[in-house]
Amino acid sequence: MNPDKKTAANSCPEGTPACSARPPAPVPSGTGTTSSRRNFLLAGGTVSVSSLMGAAALMAQTDDPKATVEWAEHFQTNYRLMTPAEKAEARARLERRYSAQYSKKVTVDTTEALPGVLMGYALNIRKCIGCRRCVKACVEENNQTRGKSPGERIEWIQVLRMERGEFAQDKMNAGYPEGLGIQVGGNAYTPAGQVLEGQYHYEPEAVPEKDATYMPIACMQCEKPPCVKVCPVRTTYREADGPVVIDYNWCIGCRMCMGACPYWARRINLTTPVLPKDEMNPVTHYLGNRPRMRGVVEKCHWCLQRTRQGRYPACVEVCPVGARKFGNLLDPESEVSLILARKNVFRLKAELNTFPKFFYFYD
Amino acid sequence: MEKIINFTTDYTRYVLKGGTKFYAWMGVLALLSAGALYAFYLQNTEGLIVTGMTSQIHDGLYFANLVFLVGVAAGAVTIVFPAYVYHHKGMHEVTVLGEMLAISAVIMVTLFVFAHMGRPDRLWHMLPFVGIFNLPGSMLAWDVLALTGYLMLNFACGFYYLYAKYTGVPVNNKIFMPLVYISIVWALSIHTVTAFLISTMPARPMWYHSMMPIRFITTAFAAGPCLIILAFMVIRKNTKMWIQDSAINLLATIVTWCLGLALFLTMSEIVVELYARTEHANGLYYLMFGLHGLTSLVPWFWSSLAFMLIAFVMFLIPSVRTNYKLLPIACVLAFVGIWIEKGMGLIVPGFIPTPIGEVTEYYPTFIEVVMSVGNWAIGFLILTILLKGAIGILIGDVKFNASAVEKSPDFAHDGATATSAPR
Repeated sequence: MNPDKKTAANSCPEGTPACSARPPAPVPSGTGTTSSRRNFLLAGGTVSVSSLMGAAALMAQTDDPKATVEWAEHFQTNYRLMTPAEKAEARARLERRYSAQYSKKVTVDTTEALPGVLMGYALNIRKCIGCRRCVKACVEENNQTRGKSPGERIEWIQVLRMERGEFAQDKMNAGYPEGLGIQVGGNAYTPAGQVLEGQYHYEPEAVPEKDATYMPIACMQCEKPPCVKVCPVRTTYREADGPVVIDYNWCIGCRMCMGACPYWARRINLTTPVLPKDEMNPVTHYLGNRPRMRGVVEKCHWCLQRTRQGRYPACVEVCPVGARKFGNLLDPESEVSLILARKNVFRLKAELNTFPKFFYFYD
Repeated sequence: MEKIINFTTDYTRYVLKGGTKFYAWMGVLALLSAGALYAFYLQNTEGLIVTGMTSQIHDGLYFANLVFLVGVAAGAVTIVFPAYVYHHKGMHEVTVLGEMLAISAVIMVTLFVFAHMGRPDRLWHMLPFVGIFNLPGSMLAWDVLALTGYLMLNFACGFYYLYAKYTGVPVNNKIFMPLVYISIVWALSIHTVTAFLISTMPARPMWYHSMMPIRFITTAFAAGPCLIILAFMVIRKNTKMWIQDSAINLLATIVTWCLGLALFLTMSEIVVELYARTEHANGLYYLMFGLHGLTSLVPWFWSSLAFMLIAFVMFLIPSVRTNYKLLPIACVLAFVGIWIEKGMGLIVPGFIPTPIGEVTEYYPTFIEVVMSVGNWAIGFLILTILLKGAIGILIGDVKFNASAVEKSPDFAHDGATATSAPR
């Protein structure tokens, strides 16, 4: 049933076609060398001037212009309140800084929500083989921190491994707790099916494993997001086309949203993200995958930098078995709408009334 | 205007003078405070990675102390309420000391907020006019308002009263009494809102119950007066100020019943959660017995329970409650027990397991301990200064147009207060 059964190790081998799906570089690599160096020098010069003017070095704790956050960035307002002119300014500022910092031309998209679009996602749990290519593709696409220590590693997708369960005859009469006369079948604690047991650290020889099923989980982009409600400064909010986004420059790092999320979708940048220059994805969106800073919260945003340009999220594109479907819920002919119309779907933790736009289905 | 300037200078002069014991106490506190500054520097250069917090357990020692200290701040109302509503004479004389305690506790809360935040440099995002407050949605925004308001109320009430005493002009009750009544209700509100902060998250089943506010208030009205009793003992021993037995006895009675209620509520929670033993009880189960072999909080829970039970029995026996040699022991036991129960024992297991079922543990790092101890030290530094100044005015050492400020008494805290700060 599954073509990748033998070759797909859980860590994606280099060179696998599905794994090397990186976004195209905006500048052709051959001609990019000189122009990017010039840009770098130019940008570096601008940055140092502004840092002299504003004593930005004091705030950024370093003299290295590449790591310097521009002074004006500290005083910009919440993204939602910015005028178009301010947005353009903030964008230019970031592009300048990122380009200098990562030694390549970095673009920061500010495309607004698309009219007539409500993004939706559907995942076929029957098909998922637990290869975790989506996890890897997501990290590469979205510029997550990827250092050595656990605190420097962030992944937005978890693929939960679920035991198929094993009911045994020899356990039948083993009551629990024994001796108290409280009747509990010996097979009561046998795990089976979709339980949330947090087993995403599995290291099998090959996937899928015979005795396991898999359930990927990430931000559900709730229609009634509890994280948005608890944010004291409205830095996280729902965009008109569906995704819940974060203005990383406005986040105060209080982590209330992390506590409120029933899906454990949010992560805190415990330290300055570790993002090597050559691995950095230069195609970014302001509310999406632009590099984050220390002390702010981040999460899945359905690859705004891609989806607002008519592309699929990285996880959808990379999935080798086609378990992941993405589309416009308002378009009755979109894949997601057709799945909702024809398949058995469910939402995770539906009883919490968060109304996710991330649906699970099976066929 | 001249009076205000005189008040400030006399107050400052009086507060800064002291004996060897006073300077030693302040020196130790200052040293510990420096540690907090260093920890703060580290956190804002390296990031929160120097703490034991993770994306799984993202509130730890800081949040625990924050929650507990909000309770201590609210606990000051156990003086104000009997004084102004029941006209308790002994309490009335010392009301202002309770207000000073509330001020220091709220300042400590603020320090722990700073320690907790990932980006304290962006705190201005919450300031009125330049920033945004997510009202009425965010409980944290409400909590900030409640705490700020409480700080200002106590500051106003406390210092207006002291200023009146200082100048000898009688207190204008038309202004003063409404403020006092507001502050009584406000004290309840700060802890209620803090309880709502964590109990309004269905994502965290351990916290998601309507018992949280009342549990917070009972524990607050046990822990707060415990600290106040300890402070009163120290004041009686080391200053010219005499605090009446009746005030201490009333506080001890309040502690008794609030502690009893707190234990009752703990018991109710344990029965309800563990009888059905759903997945939602995993947090409590982890706290009491451990989960998947991870048991780091188990000793904390049982020691906390033991402390609170022993303290409760001690408080229940009148001869122990009124024995001022044993009373401080009971107070320390109750205070530490509640600190564990409401801090580490409430905040950390809320994250275990995570909403997707991951069981991880949290160990505070040395930096976190340094920061926490340092923040408590700053708080006690402020508390000492505020209490000293207040006492100076109450006993008439600091007076407007006094020919000369009398030599200040040797006011210093001894070990009793120091041990009341956990670690």
